[in-house]
Amino acid sequence: MKIYRIIAMLAILALLLAACGGGASQPEAKEVNLFAWSEYIPQALLDGFTEKTGIKVNYDTYSSNEEMLAKLQAGASGYDVIIPSDYTVAIMIKQGMLEPLDLAKIPNYKNIGEQFKNLSYDPGNKYSVPYQWGTVGMVYDASKISTPPTSWKDLWLPEYAGRVVLLDDEREVIGMVLLTLGYPKNSTDPAQLEEAKARFAELLPNVRLFDSDSPKTALLAGEVWLGMTWNGEAAIAHSENENIQYLCPVEGCGLWYDNLAIPKGAPHVQAAHEFINYVLDPEASLLITAEFPYSNPNQAALDLLKTKDPAAYEAYMGFPATNPSAADVQNGKRVEDLGDATALWDRIWTEIKGGE
Amino acid sequence: MAASTRGTVLKKRRLSLAALRESTTAQGLALIAPTALYLLVFMIVPMILVGILSLMTRGPYGNVVYRLNFDNYTRLIDPLYLRILMYSIGVGAATTLITLVIGYPLAYYIARVPARQRNVLLFLILVPFWTNFIIRIYAWIMILRTEGLLNSFLLNLGLIKVPLDILYTPTAVLIGMVYEFLPFMILPLYTSLEKIENAQLEAAADLGARPLASFLRITFPLSLPGITAGSILTFIPAMGMFVVPDLMGGAKTILIGNLVRNQFLTARDWPFGAASSMLLMFLTLAMTLYYTRKVGFSEDLLV
Amino acid sequence: MSEKKPSAWLRLFSALVYLYIYLPIVLLVIFSFNKQKLNVSWEGFTLSWYQELFRNQQILLAIRNSLTIALVSTIVATIIGTLAALALQRYRFPGYTLTESTLYIPVIIPEVVMGISLLVFFSLIGVRLGLGTITLSHIAFSIPFVALVVRARLHGFDKSIEEAAMDLGANELTTFWRVTLPTILPGVLSGALLALTLSLDDYVITYFTAGPGSTTLPLRIFSMVRFAVTPEVNALSTIWVATVFLVLLIGQMVQNRQR
Repeated sequence: MKIYRIIAMLAILALLLAACGGGASQPEAKEVNLFAWSEYIPQALLDGFTEKTGIKVNYDTYSSNEEMLAKLQAGASGYDVIIPSDYTVAIMIKQGMLEPLDLAKIPNYKNIGEQFKNLSYDPGNKYSVPYQWGTVGMVYDASKISTPPTSWKDLWLPEYAGRVVLLDDEREVIGMVLLTLGYPKNSTDPAQLEEAKARFAELLPNVRLFDSDSPKTALLAGEVWLGMTWNGEAAIAHSENENIQYLCPVEGCGLWYDNLAIPKGAPHVQAAHEFINYVLDPEASLLITAEFPYSNPNQAALDLLKTKDPAAYEAYMGFPATNPSAADVQNGKRVEDLGDATALWDRIWTEIKGGE
Repeated sequence: MAASTRGTVLKKRRLSLAALRESTTAQGLALIAPTALYLLVFMIVPMILVGILSLMTRGPYGNVVYRLNFDNYTRLIDPLYLRILMYSIGVGAATTLITLVIGYPLAYYIARVPARQRNVLLFLILVPFWTNFIIRIYAWIMILRTEGLLNSFLLNLGLIKVPLDILYTPTAVLIGMVYEFLPFMILPLYTSLEKIENAQLEAAADLGARPLASFLRITFPLSLPGITAGSILTFIPAMGMFVVPDLMGGAKTILIGNLVRNQFLTARDWPFGAASSMLLMFLTLAMTLYYTRKVGFSEDLLV
Repeated sequence: MSEKKPSAWLRLFSALVYLYIYLPIVLLVIFSFNKQKLNVSWEGFTLSWYQELFRNQQILLAIRNSLTIALVSTIVATIIGTLAALALQRYRFPGYTLTESTLYIPVIIPEVVMGISLLVFFSLIGVRLGLGTITLSHIAFSIPFVALVVRARLHGFDKSIEEAAMDLGANELTTFWRVTLPTILPGVLSGALLALTLSLDDYVITYFTAGPGSTTLPLRIFSMVRFAVTPEVNALSTIWVATVFLVLLIGQMVQNRQR
């Protein structure tokens, strides 16, 4: 008897496998599979796209560039549009993981501000167009700190013992330490990195926590007084509590650009182009800015906002987290792929965190 | 013709069934077959892939280059990694011990209430864990925070003068870890405690055994398989756990789980990540098998 | 001391453990009514998050996916795992140690390694990623949990009862249903509950084995954290916990009436 049950079970298993394999070869034309950060694309935008084109959007999420990269690198397929950040775009281009864009099919590309086109990680925007951008700067609680910090070096001040929050991101944090020593943010020089390691170790007593997901929470809860966050985090915290301030220290903020791109082997390349074009539409783009307070590279959208809702425009332009000054952008430092030096950086991070 | 062939087929089938009935080896194989086949396809084959990967080389962009390379293993011989491993084992062991101390009396209690209440009490243990993991952790963060529930409670009672800094310390990590792993200890303990008949304990009492003696001589030894199962299900995942230390401990330490994960996601050095997980798995497996052989399921040790 | 009635101390201790288990849940329920979107501190009472929840198509889809996967994987893993426990506890056969070791692999393998290796495997054999691949992976990591718990239950189980049943003319199947299964049922139930818990909560392995349109609840929630753990998610947990409680309560009442 038992034998039959086993056979039955194997049959079920085979059926299951067949069921998942079955649909593989017949992609439906009327859908587009979006793979992006969560809380990054408003539902209203997706609904608007479906209404206009009749194409259904499946929205799946990841929570870091590296997660997305690992998944695609391991062979996951079926996605049509992804949103990688600058250095990830560079890696993906070098590994041939992106489908070239046909800019003729994306007429709304003209809406993008000139300073956001043709950036070094993707010259000529062959593979990607900007979606949102922003900075990684310093945030502080003005009710707890009387003299505003000006330099990343202020994080080391003894009076901030146990009061600092840092991103749990080795590239931003070690990069910041390198900057305070006057070295390049993406240094691959072992001697400079060794020095940065010692300096980083001195900062540890001040660090209450590392948090990349929601550093604002510890700040709003009064757990920490200052630290390093994404601009959007600071903007949300500021709207919640006016004492939360954001600035770019003298050594320079971090600078990032998130981009729309199509992964190699996407089943619905045409629909993906239509989707990207729709996102760059000024009206659609404003939906993003209204809901997620990062910086918007869409010049046409900002112009539209100015006439449509002057108050919102003022708020956007007036706060350094959403609208950093030209000098801050000029002074901003991007994360770049380190190639083989990645191991060295990771080693330092491991040594510091896994220390005595 | 039909009748006679069917007769032989039936006879043959009966014979094979009889053989199955006779041969315990065949029965054992039949029972293990689904698991063996399933794990062969979905565990062994992927494991072989990881094994092969661990001998490859990282390309300049974090891709995998198919060039044979043993460095990934030699790189692991390093006091830094040993320290991280020992620390992770410490966290796992502490979690296991505390869950055992808290879970045992509770499992014992559930096993001793009237039968129809048991399943309800058991369900009540599990229900909180069907909410989302990250939401539970954030609830704990709200409790332990400087201006959180626990501190305001203690301050109002006048038990403390200044708020306790619990969050983002090892204490917070242990509170969260014990919380998350409690069901994995309680359920196996309960299943082995529940089968100990009251009759056995009464017989012991009739023979004049004192409660403590009857616990030590009867209940505890009979619950050892539950302790083994619970400890394995708690210790191993706790050792590799990093989400609780990251969120409640402020991500200030690197555990073995972080180490492996970082190789795949941050450093994007898959071959090294594969090598370190191969070594980790080998060590854990050896420890587990040794433990189950020594104190675990073997019948003769426990009578 | 009579062993039938737990002592007062034991009852007090157990009550405290239940308090520990339910403390965060109570807090979570309270904060599902919080006005503040970032849910850092209490700002005022509102029911709007419940409305918001039922309008959120993404979350509703994720709930459906999660429940489907959890139910199927729990049932399959419980059956397979129970058989494995029977085999390992009662029989000796060629390849015993090898199978026993293999059974531990899903427990000892780091999640991210299991996730990535399964993904590589699925894409090598050309299976389309989706609910199917997630379910297959969940079954794989649930089997050992069921097998270990059932094994602990089987330990010391008196085989002579089964033999007596067989002597009285019952065949294997009847013996299994009438004698073996009722005895090991608490173990099987515990194992199934653990499998269900694991499946409902898994993030890493699910992330790697998911395909377009098969996002589960933990995936959705984990990535929402980047913005904030909004009370919406608390509302969801509240409804879920309340539903389970209601089912338990009704079950108890039916049972009591039958008495």
